[in-house]
Amino acid sequence: MADDVKGGRSVEQFLKDASLFLAPDPEIMENHGLEPRTELEEACLAKENDPHRLGLVRERLQAGVNESFEMLENMGAAPGAKWGDCVSAMYTASGDLSIASSGGVVIFCNLVQYPIKFCNKYWAKERTVGIREGDAFIVNDSRYGQAHSTDQSLFMPVFHEGKIVAWAGATVHEGENGAIEPGGMPGTAEQIWDEGLRMSPFKVVENYELRRDLVTFLQNSVREPKLQYADMKVKLYVCRRVEQRIKEAIAEYGVEAVVACLRNNLEATDQEVRRRLREWPDGTARHCWFTDNTLRESVQIKINLELTKKDDELTFDFRGSSPEFTNRAINSLDITNKGMLAQLFLTFIWPDLPRNQGVLSPVNFIFDPASVLKPSPLTPSSQTMMTLFTAWSCGQVCAMKLLYSVPEKYTRVVAPWFNMINTFMFGGITQHGEMVGNVCADINGMGGGALADADGQHSLAPIFATMADLAEQEFMEEEMPFVQIVSKKLMRDNQGFGRQRGGMGYQMILAMVDSPMWGFMLTAIGAKFPNVPGLFGGYGCPTYPLARIQGVDVFEKFRTDPGSFRFSIEEMMNERPYPEATYSTHPMSLPFHASKSGELYMISQGSGGGFGDPLERDPADVARDLDEDLISHDVAWRVYRVVYDRETLIVDLAATEKARDEARQERLAGSRPYKDFCASWSKDKPSGKVPYFGCWTDKTRVHAGSPDVTYPASQVNPPVMMAHPMQVRIDALEAELAALRKAGGQS
Amino acid sequence: MKVFVTAALAIDLDSEKWECTRCKGVLGPARANYKEGLVVRERDPAEVHAPILDPDRYEFTFAPDPEWCRLVEYFCPHCGRQVEVEYLPPGHPPTHDIELDIDALKAQWANREPLSEPVLGPDFVAPQCHHHH
Ligand SMILES: [Zn+2]
Repeated sequence: MADDVKGGRSVEQFLKDASLFLAPDPEIMENHGLEPRTELEEACLAKENDPHRLGLVRERLQAGVNESFEMLENMGAAPGAKWGDCVSAMYTASGDLSIASSGGVVIFCNLVQYPIKFCNKYWAKERTVGIREGDAFIVNDSRYGQAHSTDQSLFMPVFHEGKIVAWAGATVHEGENGAIEPGGMPGTAEQIWDEGLRMSPFKVVENYELRRDLVTFLQNSVREPKLQYADMKVKLYVCRRVEQRIKEAIAEYGVEAVVACLRNNLEATDQEVRRRLREWPDGTARHCWFTDNTLRESVQIKINLELTKKDDELTFDFRGSSPEFTNRAINSLDITNKGMLAQLFLTFIWPDLPRNQGVLSPVNFIFDPASVLKPSPLTPSSQTMMTLFTAWSCGQVCAMKLLYSVPEKYTRVVAPWFNMINTFMFGGITQHGEMVGNVCADINGMGGGALADADGQHSLAPIFATMADLAEQEFMEEEMPFVQIVSKKLMRDNQGFGRQRGGMGYQMILAMVDSPMWGFMLTAIGAKFPNVPGLFGGYGCPTYPLARIQGVDVFEKFRTDPGSFRFSIEEMMNERPYPEATYSTHPMSLPFHASKSGELYMISQGSGGGFGDPLERDPADVARDLDEDLISHDVAWRVYRVVYDRETLIVDLAATEKARDEARQERLAGSRPYKDFCASWSKDKPSGKVPYFGCWTDKTRVHAGSPDVTYPASQVNPPVMMAHPMQVRIDALEAELAALRKAGGQS
Repeated sequence: MKVFVTAALAIDLDSEKWECTRCKGVLGPARANYKEGLVVRERDPAEVHAPILDPDRYEFTFAPDPEWCRLVEYFCPHCGRQVEVEYLPPGHPPTHDIELDIDALKAQWANREPLSEPVLGPDFVAPQCHHHH
């Protein structure tokens, strides 16, 4: 500004004006730490530093944010908003997340720091934009700072005497965004332009009013125009409520107290996290895990983590993880990985800490560029969860291995939570004639991990939102043309076995009814390789398929032969009550698929990992699981070695102890010392039977599908580009046809 | 002085040895990989995660695919307790999962009370409240 006044412009300003494209700014996106104190913050902290008074202000502001979250949950039109898949928050003037609502999804608001910083850096001084009181900005492009592009955030500057003193923000998992498949999380996106709306941060509100011209444009860009408008209004009101509560706090305590409070939250959290980390042992925990699908084809994808704690800092080193898939949707941005790991600490390790981004200030991250966990700017990531959640679980396992010995804990060590979105997405025309595209609340039904002294809880909550809700299926059925004929019924033997067992996942059997055009899709992994392990000798979850029954209208059967239906996937598939139907199983990835009335789609939610040796499970707990039909007699014997009366389920303790001792002897008889085992087991490369991506043992070299060829990590050339699955199928069929023709003497 | 590193493993800081927490058997030097002191068994994952759907009729059955996934189970050689389970692609070398700085650990525990059992931690600690008096 000073340069302008003097009539001359700096070179820097010239270059800024001449910039043809304001892409996501690495200077903003690479920094998850705290912004430096501003002059205003320095002055405010000098004047207001009584912790008691700052605590009062914080409670006041927290109450305001929580109130705004209630509004968001109650008024939000998106299904996600109704189940708590949303959040509201306050930020410092510089954009750091200072106070998140107590409910809701921390990762969402953690990521809104980036678009706020973008606006501060680029739009504040841009004469065609500017930031004024009553403005608000919108964003959904994950590369500028969102978890994935199905989420939309609205954020608003809070002014005091002409100066920005804070920001208010609200985020909702909206669902529909005009992507190549309905529901906002396309599994078939091959380019970022298949992912739907790409809203870089822009001003959509002036004088506290939505600009209808822009709203109309956005409505035309998605399949749910009413939802788009409704939730923009809701988020605007939520931001206004946050703004109002900040202004009231300023009126009561003074602007210095409010600014000092917002800043102090961050610094105090940073200091407290450092204090807690000093109590952890210095050392390294390592864990690697393998996912099994790109949502288009089955491949083995390695996520590699080395977590090192030294003094008062933690370093997540994800190098050696799979290279990026340049035309698949399963890559996860590094900011998203960081934001999810903030959630690990704020909900699973230190749930008592205030929810702000100071928690990540003592944490470092290392990713290979152009990897599946730090993809290039033009690589799609609409199905980020397929690698993000695995990376998160690796973080959870490593953190628990460093945490267990620490005497000063703030909650229990927990075995891995189930981490996959085993839920249906849907799209089409409802019984009310509306076009919709969204996701079922079953996404939130992930089984909890076991604790050292308690079983995990069944279908409890997703890893990204511990207070989210499973919603009423009946409510869904009022709005949508499908029925969950079997809903929220726990699935027998779907258990993470252990001394304490994981919480189990429930099964769902659903079918479309009463729609002229309707389809389902499924975007999950883990049909070949399980999604989570157990902890300290416990087992992980099993694998999960999609099961389908086609060529039958089950609603017709309900009229003509109602007794033929079976109320579990196991019975439906193994007993095959409809002889004319086709029964099939598939990976958990189903591209959007037009559905026929009464055809059955069946999946199960997943189970959390078990804790400790299953042979040490209290036989009474095994008998209880039997009684509740959670496990079969086969599992009670094969896994838990419990001897009991099959009629009464009364346990024979002496016989059980004897059987378990024998089982331990069998283990020892069937085992070898570690070094002997490694000598025969360990190979110097993948088997070659499965396309393998990521490092084998040397994290500086990665495979890109072949067992024999490796590349320097981050320099896979040519980059991984998968063939279209339909083309693969056509090529195979043509080869088959050619062979048959040759054999038949034709040419 | 014992440090309970996992539910199954402790480090004795005086002897600098890994120990089994079930039978107290010594497993090996604390500065080395504890797995070197254990015995190991490889299994088809279906032996644990058995098929729920009929494997003769269906490709995907709720059991992991043995070409993709194997279980590697680690046991205390003295008492047979299962200490750890790894899920690995066939032939993938095991992971050295816990590597602590023993000198730092000794310095840290020099100022701590000895424990007779691991601290599980509270169920949940409510956020601190700052009430006005
Ligand atoms: Zn032992």
